[in-house]
Amino acid sequence: MNTELQEREVRAEEHPIAPFIRMDRMPHIWCPTCGIGTVVKCYATALGEAGVDLNKVSIVSGIGCTGRVAGYMKLDAFHSTHGRAIPFATGLKLGRPELNVTVFSGDGDLAGIGGNHFIHAARRNMDLLVILVNNFIYGMTGGQNAATTPLTARSSTMPFGNFERPFSLPHLAASCGATYVARWTSLHIRRMTKSFREALVRKGFRFIEIVAPCSTLYARLNKLGSGLDLLRFYHDNAEIRHGADTRDVGIGYQDKIVCGKFVDEERPTFLDMMHEHYRKILGDKYVPMLPEGGWLHE
Amino acid sequence: MAAGCRFVAGYPITPSTEVVERISRRFPRMGGVFIQMEDELASMAAVVGASWTGTKSMTVTSGPGFSLMMENIGLAAMMETPCVVVNVQRGGPSTGLPTMVGQADMMQARWGSHGDYSVIALSPRSPQEAFDFTVDAFNLSEAYRVPVFVMMDECVGHMTEKVIIPPADRIDVVPRKLTAKTPEEFLPYKANGGCVTEFARAGDGYKFHTTGLTHDERGYPDMSVECQDVCVRRIVDKVRLNADKIVRFDEKDTKGADVVVVTYGITSRVARMGIEMARKEGIKVGVLRLIVVWPFPEKRIRELAPKVKAFVVPEINYGQIVLEVERCAAGKAAAIPVSHLGGGVHNPDDICRAIVEAAK
Repeated sequence: MNTELQEREVRAEEHPIAPFIRMDRMPHIWCPTCGIGTVVKCYATALGEAGVDLNKVSIVSGIGCTGRVAGYMKLDAFHSTHGRAIPFATGLKLGRPELNVTVFSGDGDLAGIGGNHFIHAARRNMDLLVILVNNFIYGMTGGQNAATTPLTARSSTMPFGNFERPFSLPHLAASCGATYVARWTSLHIRRMTKSFREALVRKGFRFIEIVAPCSTLYARLNKLGSGLDLLRFYHDNAEIRHGADTRDVGIGYQDKIVCGKFVDEERPTFLDMMHEHYRKILGDKYVPMLPEGGWLHE
Repeated sequence: MAAGCRFVAGYPITPSTEVVERISRRFPRMGGVFIQMEDELASMAAVVGASWTGTKSMTVTSGPGFSLMMENIGLAAMMETPCVVVNVQRGGPSTGLPTMVGQADMMQARWGSHGDYSVIALSPRSPQEAFDFTVDAFNLSEAYRVPVFVMMDECVGHMTEKVIIPPADRIDVVPRKLTAKTPEEFLPYKANGGCVTEFARAGDGYKFHTTGLTHDERGYPDMSVECQDVCVRRIVDKVRLNADKIVRFDEKDTKGADVVVVTYGITSRVARMGIEMARKEGIKVGVLRLIVVWPFPEKRIRELAPKVKAFVVPEINYGQIVLEVERCAAGKAAAIPVSHLGGGVHNPDDICRAIVEAAK
């Protein structure tokens, strides 16, 4: 090993994203060639580039492999219960409206067990950035079938191949009212970072799906090779179509993955609607929650 | 509202819904936010989230909703999040008797979420106490950083009676105490002497981490036998070791009594008549009316047990708190249930008869 490389390893604290990461918790738990780390790197980069006040950024995760992300971010970080990251984050946002809240979790967590919260938060246009890492499978529990597993793909609970139709998450989010919807694979580092950067300073329910490799389970159960082979597959089969109709972006097994920014519009958020409505109805009698939270006194 | 609550997340459920209806009218005029969530799982999760901003938060529900909240009540206990849950109890199990009274969630309040943890539960018996005890519930949740339950029942929930609300400056309110430490020196789960840790809220630059996983004093997950022991022991002990300070009950005529009636909530009012009837038959009856049900007044039951023949425990369930009385009496006195299975209150005759039987 050459000395220059060794020296760089020693200086992990000087890594460009170190200010955003709890370096005292490294190494992380993710498998080699897992895509989640890449997504975290892009999110951290975007945090730095977006110029947001890091003291006011909170991150909430649910449970699962991606559910561990909150635990590695040097932010006010909440590792909540399975599926409940979105309502937990809703409480944070409404309890202290000045917070910039990111939900960072996986497909099983947000689209499976937490699916109901997902659609309702989108319907309300709750002011949350939701980053969903989709690896098509329940990773942490050992490769069970997910609400996102493509038709015919194998999982440990669909050993003969999946016969359930999966969610197309951008379509679900858009049809429920999300104001920003994008999808990338973990190979699209610059584009993904740009989407995060953009979405971090937007308002409303912003949803970004990142398709990422799970080589330990999804790739192994389906004999797709290593994580690197999946990245090569993304390279060859991802098709960038900004503004695509989300009805047409469903993901079939080993089929093309339509990526891009599908929705980017402005609509009043839950809090905007609430303020406007109460001001109209109650006039001067309306006392809004303070940006820093409700009724704090010593 | 008087206790400083400014965030409520709820989901409609009979017979508790009047509370959120009232809050949704009042909050826009007093700087509070009410949100009707998609279910009780979400309500409880939002309450825990909001509490981490320093905004005092609560939810209101009844049996089926209480069951759904258990997951995030466990999270609140593990993360040590102050919050209040009001359960207006109805008949169960399952959908049970939605519009009719029950007291059958008492054990669920103590043990409903998985794992070892501790909570505090109060039981009001009048609209006045519903007000007073809810303020107490918020204060206790701030002091001990635990979920606190106001275990009402349908009768108290729907009762109309005079309530005196004191002026704001005469209501004792425990504010959310924020740590004075700097972000560099702050450790979210470091117990300083006592069992209760210091609190930092989201958005103040502390960049803390909290999790439902077993965690060390930094709030970092630590999957070890040693850490589990320290973490769980402390969240249980903070209530267990302070039980003498938290426990509250009304005690009457227990001196020289042959029978002590242990009672709570609406049943404590119905029991009065049964007790009077028994006294007319010449029986010496005392009363222990529980205000704080959890932690249970173990010590007092243990003290009374050798001095009485029996404890009579009327409750609107098939025997819940009576089990706790029996445990604490430890064979030194009988613990006799008077069960009404729900949908109405006891006939005082039944309570009287049980007292007379017990005195024999």
